[in-house]
Amino acid sequence: MTISPANNAALEGRPAVPSGSLGAGSGVGALRQLFSSKGLWPLFLLILSLPTLLALGSVLASLFNLDTDTLSHLLEHLLPAALSNTLLLVSGTAICSAVVGVALAWLTAVCDFPFRRFFSWALLLPMAIPGYVMAFAFVGLFEFSGPVQSAIRHWFGSSSWFPDVYSFGGVTIVMSLVLYPYVYLIARNAFQTQGRRSIEAGQSLGLSPLRSFFRVSLPMARPWIVGGVLLVVMETLADFGTVATFNYDTLTTLIYKSWFSLFSLPAALQVASVLLLAVIVIMVIERRSRAAQRYSQSQHASLASSRFVLSGKRRWAAVVFCGLVFLFAFVMPSLRLLSWAMPNLASDLNGHFLGYIWSTLSLASFATLLIAVLALLLAYGARINQSLPTRFAVRTSTLGYALPGTVLAIGLFAPISMMNHWLQDLGVPASWLQGTFLIMFMAYGVRFMAVAYSPIENNYLRITPSIDDAAHSLGLTGLQVLRRVHLPIVRRGILTAMVLVFVDVMKELPITLMTRPFGFNTLAVRVFELSSEGLWQRAALPALAIMLVGLIPVMFLIRKTDKND
Amino acid sequence: MKRTTRGLVASLAATLMAIALTGCGKQADETSPQALEAAAKAKPLIVYSSRAEHLIQPVFDLYSQQTGKQIQFITDKDGVLIERLKQEGSSTPADVLITVDAGNLGYAAAEDLLMPLQSSVLDANVPAHLRDEQNRWVGLSLRARTIVYSTERVSPEELSTYEALGNEDWEGRLCLRTSKKVYNQSLVAMLIAEHGEEKTQQIVEAWVNNLAVGPLSNDTKVMEAILAGQCDAGIVNTYYYGRLNVETPDLPLALFWPNQNATDGSSTGVHVNISGAGVLKYSKQAVAAQKFVEWMASDDAQAIFGGVNQEYPINPAIAVDPEVKSWGDFKASELPLSRAYELQPAAVKLMDRAGYH
Repeated sequence: MTISPANNAALEGRPAVPSGSLGAGSGVGALRQLFSSKGLWPLFLLILSLPTLLALGSVLASLFNLDTDTLSHLLEHLLPAALSNTLLLVSGTAICSAVVGVALAWLTAVCDFPFRRFFSWALLLPMAIPGYVMAFAFVGLFEFSGPVQSAIRHWFGSSSWFPDVYSFGGVTIVMSLVLYPYVYLIARNAFQTQGRRSIEAGQSLGLSPLRSFFRVSLPMARPWIVGGVLLVVMETLADFGTVATFNYDTLTTLIYKSWFSLFSLPAALQVASVLLLAVIVIMVIERRSRAAQRYSQSQHASLASSRFVLSGKRRWAAVVFCGLVFLFAFVMPSLRLLSWAMPNLASDLNGHFLGYIWSTLSLASFATLLIAVLALLLAYGARINQSLPTRFAVRTSTLGYALPGTVLAIGLFAPISMMNHWLQDLGVPASWLQGTFLIMFMAYGVRFMAVAYSPIENNYLRITPSIDDAAHSLGLTGLQVLRRVHLPIVRRGILTAMVLVFVDVMKELPITLMTRPFGFNTLAVRVFELSSEGLWQRAALPALAIMLVGLIPVMFLIRKTDKND
Repeated sequence: MKRTTRGLVASLAATLMAIALTGCGKQADETSPQALEAAAKAKPLIVYSSRAEHLIQPVFDLYSQQTGKQIQFITDKDGVLIERLKQEGSSTPADVLITVDAGNLGYAAAEDLLMPLQSSVLDANVPAHLRDEQNRWVGLSLRARTIVYSTERVSPEELSTYEALGNEDWEGRLCLRTSKKVYNQSLVAMLIAEHGEEKTQQIVEAWVNNLAVGPLSNDTKVMEAILAGQCDAGIVNTYYYGRLNVETPDLPLALFWPNQNATDGSSTGVHVNISGAGVLKYSKQAVAAQKFVEWMASDDAQAIFGGVNQEYPINPAIAVDPEVKSWGDFKASELPLSRAYELQPAAVKLMDRAGYH
């Protein structure tokens, strides 16, 4: 077991797969050989990353033809404020989500206190609330004309001391409330896979729970936490709906303003390129800082017997903390939505509505399965082959999450319609683009690969090189190692990834809107249709349904991962 | 555990098959020779719409009922639909574009996506200033953007024009929706059309100066702020007022029709925008598409097109819904709406300069 960071030159330098050990003969054997041989992985992974490359390429290509007129207007009047707003929001949200997410994860994974089992799954639920829905519920409750301030005025005469909701603080709170579950879920997975030995080592050295957290658990969970926070950062950068509700201008606001109000898609893509470059820089820094650490784990044992049983004040502090987060992030918005949904329940809850639920469910399940498999292959490929093309393919594949969905959708649509034009010239009918889910799944793959990849990759860090060696010496090759050795160990990571992707696809809007076949409606599309006309009361029912459907994978995950607790 | 995982995978695979099969089924139909013939007759019209589904579905249903012609559609944001049409070019499946403002239709026309229509029906039913000169787009319903005020704290005599909301006596009493909404961009574009940029910027700066709170995210919020006493008046589309009134009747809110008086210097009338449509240049069934657009401007469709959302019919000869009628008659601005597109970027930049966010 390694608690202290150690050089991982051994991992980097060792030959990934012994190349001479293959007994190919049958067709299956040939396939195995294909995937076992080092040379083909880079090619395979590059093909996997091709859609992302195309989408990012068509965004970055805009830089060759600057719309100086629009850009100079933005630069003079909007960019400085938007830039500082963005920086503030991203750092504020990252810090809040990290602190809340990690604290909750550690409490529910390592400690024992009343209602721990309930909180361990309940605290994930806010993830299923689309950001702009949370924003609307939050603003509606706490703004000047909302029930809270009205009540204050009723009792005390004035509510002028109440903080302004339309502010940096307001938008950061809302953003953190919907995004902390990403950190929570991933960090929890880290604490769970740390095994009891590390905790016991700390306990035997006389560390208190809190000290053990800072000295043992936290350092060992670093890549997980950073990975989760990076997802939060990217999601925040790409957000439009939440900030729009607060009228809080960020870089994304400028993208939309350039495109939809000033009719300049080039300027919009140019601003998006800046966003993209910023994310690339952040990712490079993160990689560099991680390179010298090693987090593998030789022991896997349940935590159950070595939980810190909190006592006295601590015990109730934990309950109150978890309870407060749950109250604000889930109970409050759900009740708000429920109160809106009730009057229309009878008329809106019809056969059509069941159809929306069904299409949402099948769409999200499918996309989840597909993306999880691809992410696993990506992570496996990155492990056995560390060449430059592989690393390039892996890095680019996970960049799609940082772009606003609409920009990504249009960026992907451009090369696809170009291809469609060529095919048409060759005599292929144009209709192949419509009525298929091909483009939709491709776009989901581009957008959500980061979400699936991060937890799987992190759990790969838990596998010591010696395990691979042992597998090879036992005669396992290529995909056999993946299936029989890696899969059981990274299982938690895969399940985490699946939950994240499922919920994200369910909430996703721009790609779904743009690439869905005629007449295909999901719950998120329904929320959009109604809220775009200001019918928030009627949008509440599909929004609630998104949350309820989101429960399914969360429950599934908890059942699978908490069995031994 | 293995069994449940397998079960999950199996059920997912079944879903996949189901989706794939329905897709294949459709394709097989399309390619068989007899079906091709029948399909040409029964080929559905395809509409790209930024007007929400619940507002257009009843109109489409009525058309299918009357003519047997099926209509398929997708909804999305205007900017996305137009960009999509640009990229699809000649291979687009779409026949008709529907939006909820004139600016985006003007943009689509400027990008050469729409087809000029020669149509006596449209000429007769749609007033000239509410459609493109060449009928590349036509208005189908009228959305009036007017002043709403608190009947408890404002007497109508205090109100006169949009411009006058910038006067000193309105300091700290005004609420506005964000300038990012196209409704406000069109309003300011039309002010530019009337006054020129310099004077319009002064007007907008005066508004900003009078704001009681920062710009709000939608029209309903503006009315809620007035009701809560945060401000006394604002500018909203009338149907939002109508909707609020249906939910909670007898609110201390009323609409005021500004710019009605020729003597106060601003005689243009109430700012109106349209929800409208155009036939796409690359439509494979342009004749059928034009027929459909003409039908939407006809009496039958007009009764519901705007009515479902308490908007005004485009044709002044058609009776207005009694509830809407009860808000009073007004003179609407007759400036050509095609200017909304031409001046929109200027309007947006002007509002940015004036600090109206």
